[in-house]
Amino acid sequence: MREIVTEILVIGAGPAGLSAARSAAEQGANVLLVDNSHVSGGQLVKQTHKFFGAVRHGAGIRGMDLARKLTAESKREGVRFLLGTSAVGRFAAGLVLKDAQHKLVLARAQRYVIAVGASERGVAFRGWTLPGVMTAGAAQTFLNLHRVSIGDRVLVVGSGNVGLILAYHLRQAGCDVACVVEARDEIGGWAVHASKIRRLGIPVLTGVAIEGARGQGRISEVTLRSLHRRWGGTWRLNVSADAVCLAVGLSPRTQLLQQIGCDLAFSAVLGGAVPIHDRCMQTTVPGWYVAGDAAGVEEATVAMEEGQLAGLSAAHELGYGSSRSYERKKAEIRSFLDELRAGPLSGDRRAAKEKLCLSRSG
Amino acid sequence: MGSPVGRRILQHPVLGSLPEVPTCRIAVDGKWIPAREGEPILAALLAAGITVVRTTERYGAPRGLFCGIGHCSDCLVTVDGRRNVPACGTPVRDGMCVETSRRA
Amino acid sequence: MSLKEWMIRRRLRRGSIVSARIPALDHGRLATCPGIPAEARLQEGPVAVIECAEEIPCNPCEMACARGAIRVGHPITNLPVLDTRLCIGCGDCVAACPGLAIFVVDASQDVRDVVTLPYEMLPIPCPNDVVALVDRRGDIVGSGRVTHARSSSETDRTAVITVTVPKGLGMLVRSIELPGQRHV
Repeated sequence: MREIVTEILVIGAGPAGLSAARSAAEQGANVLLVDNSHVSGGQLVKQTHKFFGAVRHGAGIRGMDLARKLTAESKREGVRFLLGTSAVGRFAAGLVLKDAQHKLVLARAQRYVIAVGASERGVAFRGWTLPGVMTAGAAQTFLNLHRVSIGDRVLVVGSGNVGLILAYHLRQAGCDVACVVEARDEIGGWAVHASKIRRLGIPVLTGVAIEGARGQGRISEVTLRSLHRRWGGTWRLNVSADAVCLAVGLSPRTQLLQQIGCDLAFSAVLGGAVPIHDRCMQTTVPGWYVAGDAAGVEEATVAMEEGQLAGLSAAHELGYGSSRSYERKKAEIRSFLDELRAGPLSGDRRAAKEKLCLSRSG
Repeated sequence: MGSPVGRRILQHPVLGSLPEVPTCRIAVDGKWIPAREGEPILAALLAAGITVVRTTERYGAPRGLFCGIGHCSDCLVTVDGRRNVPACGTPVRDGMCVETSRRA
Repeated sequence: MSLKEWMIRRRLRRGSIVSARIPALDHGRLATCPGIPAEARLQEGPVAVIECAEEIPCNPCEMACARGAIRVGHPITNLPVLDTRLCIGCGDCVAACPGLAIFVVDASQDVRDVVTLPYEMLPIPCPNDVVALVDRRGDIVGSGRVTHARSSSETDRTAVITVTVPKGLGMLVRSIELPGQRHV
């Protein structure tokens, strides 16, 4: 087995991983960044819309351009990239990877940052296995990255930011959107995203669930059912659609975290099982850090900040960067994270994160 | 029946015109379809209007694109005799032979 | 089709959002947002209309105005405040808002109102094109003529469209549709 030795190994080249790699390399550490995709940027590569947040942190830039920018910055700092490479598991000798040629590689590092993101949830209903039913991420990947239509008339399930933004992407790609349905009685995402699609004439029905889908070979019709009493009694409606996109939430990818043996806690707000970490993003396993959606499902802006924090902390542990500049940068990042998690629409993420960190110091 | 015609997104308000890349062809269940260099097998299938990517072993139920990111195993196809190849993450190669109906 | 099914299908066609939160953001409630100018200012000439009503972390609009007429400050979840004395309605902020929530409205003319709006669909209309005018709910409320259609590297692929609308509709029209575009 080929061996690679590095100081800091970052697993996952999305916004969190790229930021961690860049900030660690900026401090002078030797950094290796791996990702199982052949393109770096994680979920950013399929986001064609302009991002929110603070201008000095990339707001107003389209997600896909942010991916390129972060990649270029990391490369400029000397981060070594290994794409098409997945983390197989942690063994006594080190972390085993499978590279783009399907060969096993043994990677040994002094510090690790797990930035593997989250995976999409599904919701089961009769006919959900039929071709045409897919996750929101799958739709975005094929529309925006591979430039192929996923359907002519699409129904979106879920009105969080992902579902609302997806409806917009679908129309930009020339796909008709039948409607967005939301089982709860209020939309989950921001009003600004809902307003954009409302202007396009796309209905968003709250208190409505998808009950079933049917078709020959692929779906052609969907049955909706009302849930909320505002509808004045239960009704069922058949809607023609040749694609259904499920935007029903994300959960942190915890496989590697579980394997290294760090402590996890359950947080509904953050997406499920989440690694307990301190305020420097270190898990309960010394030397292993976590950042981004893997540390709790939030947003790309938060992922970038957490990634920076993890990279800085890992590098500092190895003796890179002065203590004074480290403390100053840490304080800056933490204060900005608080700002990103402020406001009535952050869904108590700030409290949830604080609870995770409660038992740790630093 | 489902829509038999796939569609490539030629013009997009943000992404612009579809860039010119070398094209090739791959065989799918004995029929040639066009493909763009570097794209995953599943993209070529969708563009050709092929939405059934495999059928299940026991009931022969049709499966297609679901997660698109290599997690779910709904898009496993047989490529050049090699089974269980994820169509969503494997790039096309000129002359590649893809079978959708072989059991995964 | 039963009457109930007809009513439900009618809702599906009209593009309504059946939700308590969203209709509350319609014209009446929006008027209380600090980014919305007073009626009197609208009559004076072109002015920005920032329809940003929820506290989310975002501040590109603040940076976009060369005259400093838009203020967000910290925390960046603050709603943007428009200083209408400084605003000249130049429209630089229209393309800057990631949420496409900023418009320029000129209600000072006698026979028409003029609306400048962000647009990210294809095709982009040309000056002199006649287009359908769409309100916040996605309903067509009239037709108008495009006077300007600007899309440049500065706007990063967000087209900024200026369209004349029937007098009185300046605070209603928020999007356009081109012939053949309506999806039902």
